[in-house]
Amino acid sequence: MMERTLTRRLSAGLVPAVPYLWLGVLFLVPFLIVLKISLSDPAVAQPPYRPVFEWSDIAGFFSGLDFENFTLLVEDDLYFRATLSSVRIAAVSTLLLLLVGFPIAYGMARAPERYRTLLVAAIILPFWTSFLIRIYAWVAILKPEGLLTQALMAIGLISEPVDILNTETAVYIGIVYAYLPFMVLPLYATLEKMDDTLLEAALDLGSTPWRSFWTITVPLAMPGIIAGSLLCFIPAVGEFVIPDLLGGSETLMIGRQLWSEFFSNRDWPLASAVAILLLIVLVVPIVIYRDVEARRVETQR
Amino acid sequence: MRRSFAPWANPDAKPLIRFENVTKRFGESTAVDHLSLDIFEGEFFCLLGPSGCGKTTLMRMLAGFETPTEGTITLGDQNLAGVPPYRRPVNMMFQSYALFPHMSVEKNIAFGLKQDGMPKDQIADRVGEMLRLVQLEKLARRYPSQLSGGQRQRVALARALAKKPKVLLLDEPLGALDKKLREETQFELMDIQHDLHMTFVVVTHDQEEAMTMADRIAVMDHGRIVQVATPGEIYEQPKTRFIAEFVGDVNIIEGHVQGQENGLWRVKTSSAEVPLTIDDPDEVLHSGQPVAIAVRPEKMVIQRDPPGPGAINVLTGEVWDIGYLGDWTVYRVKLATGEILRVTRANASRFVESPIEWDEQVYVTFAPDAAVILAE
Repeated sequence: MMERTLTRRLSAGLVPAVPYLWLGVLFLVPFLIVLKISLSDPAVAQPPYRPVFEWSDIAGFFSGLDFENFTLLVEDDLYFRATLSSVRIAAVSTLLLLLVGFPIAYGMARAPERYRTLLVAAIILPFWTSFLIRIYAWVAILKPEGLLTQALMAIGLISEPVDILNTETAVYIGIVYAYLPFMVLPLYATLEKMDDTLLEAALDLGSTPWRSFWTITVPLAMPGIIAGSLLCFIPAVGEFVIPDLLGGSETLMIGRQLWSEFFSNRDWPLASAVAILLLIVLVVPIVIYRDVEARRVETQR
Repeated sequence: MRRSFAPWANPDAKPLIRFENVTKRFGESTAVDHLSLDIFEGEFFCLLGPSGCGKTTLMRMLAGFETPTEGTITLGDQNLAGVPPYRRPVNMMFQSYALFPHMSVEKNIAFGLKQDGMPKDQIADRVGEMLRLVQLEKLARRYPSQLSGGQRQRVALARALAKKPKVLLLDEPLGALDKKLREETQFELMDIQHDLHMTFVVVTHDQEEAMTMADRIAVMDHGRIVQVATPGEIYEQPKTRFIAEFVGDVNIIEGHVQGQENGLWRVKTSSAEVPLTIDDPDEVLHSGQPVAIAVRPEKMVIQRDPPGPGAINVLTGEVWDIGYLGDWTVYRVKLATGEILRVTRANASRFVESPIEWDEQVYVTFAPDAAVILAE
């Protein structure tokens, strides 16, 4: 009897501990390692930074850490501009994703029930192909003599080939294309749950369809809008592959900067500092979201 | 005041709402079938019928959510064809209440007024007035999720009333409430309707609800109106067997017309040895015609002693079941033919000497004018 209650209490304590354990091992520990590297100095050695942790010289290890890399990040405005540019590109992309994704999700939620599963499957379908291949495909589409130019010239919209590849426009196209499912699915989930009689009630009370959309549909879809926007915005800020393949040399993004510090300059400490900076930039919107969400849940449940 | 209210009896009265030959088809199925109906200003009108009879479709056409396939609907002098829901002087209280979950009680009530561009202070006054009407002043800032079912129902009512519509449509307004609350709310709705002099059109499948509240009831079946009349007429003079069975309890005895004597119909049945005598002078029947005799349970008398010689409409059987309901006792009497009659008796006194028991041989009688003849 005693034993049973003991094991039960033990398991009751362990189950909630699993996600914390998971986060601790796979997030907190790596984060601390990156943080530590960001406070180190680069060195031509293996690993390429100093100091390296040793039990025999703990005091020497801690005295070897400093904020030099962060000072460098602040002093060289390249990193500031890269961060700002990343946030801007991610924000514009998220807005474009909302504009494209909302009508798609709305249409899906309004479709006859028997088609909905099919439509959701269609949205997820691109994941069956490798992300990298899909982005490479856009290179073929967007290049000067690519499919897009050919198509536009064929229907007579343009007379000269246009070079979209290696521009910021190409990056937007790539991000919107690649992240669309992450916007559509949370939006669809909230819109699908919405009670249609609410819209009828709004119409009945004298609200035009257009006004009803803004006063009823959009506010009720807000959890989906926020979730979808975060799911797109956060990875878009740190995106590396899309700007690298589709963006030009003038497309400044923090993810690319991080990559070049790591692999071109082999400056692990500075790259780590960039990573920490990126993390801070991304944590802020999440905290704001959680705060807003908690307040909403409190009043409306 | 209420008693003399009968505009439908006045041939010069102009109806407020007029359905003319309205048909609504959804693909193959016909929800409303060539239906014509007049509803007058200030009426408390009930559309009563089983689910799928077309009553909700009829109401949704009036609100503008469905378009008639054929026929016209007029409100006052306005033909409603092509008028979208947001331009109709009609408001609806939805069965699910359809309260906006992201708005507080007062915002919900103010919603319709805001659409009209009413000045803010006037909106506040009107919302306050509505909150007082439904006694929810203290809950103005709550959200729908923080209210009980009864409170939500009141918010829905206040929101629909706020714009002072010409017609208020109520779709199963009390369906989600428990029995006790339902009864209270019925009377409250009647009071509100009376005080505001508004036209109410209620859709319900609950005949008791319709009987209590309505000035007139339209009983619908398969997309058609079977009878439009006051609750009393519907109950006492049902036009068809469907109505007799749908509204209240009824005993149906089938038989054939034998003839007419002194203005009374004689009907031969297998349930009684002597033909039954029925006083239903309005019916036009011919000999040999198959008919159904409908008698309400409370209009039958159950007794142990044989009625005297010359007594009419006597049925014999044995007590099959007794149900004591407090105010009433229900007896189920099995006749020799196997038919079961339902007879109720008011429990007028607290003690009865040697009450009628199970399996006892009993006589059931009814007066000629207690029954209605329904042509099959």
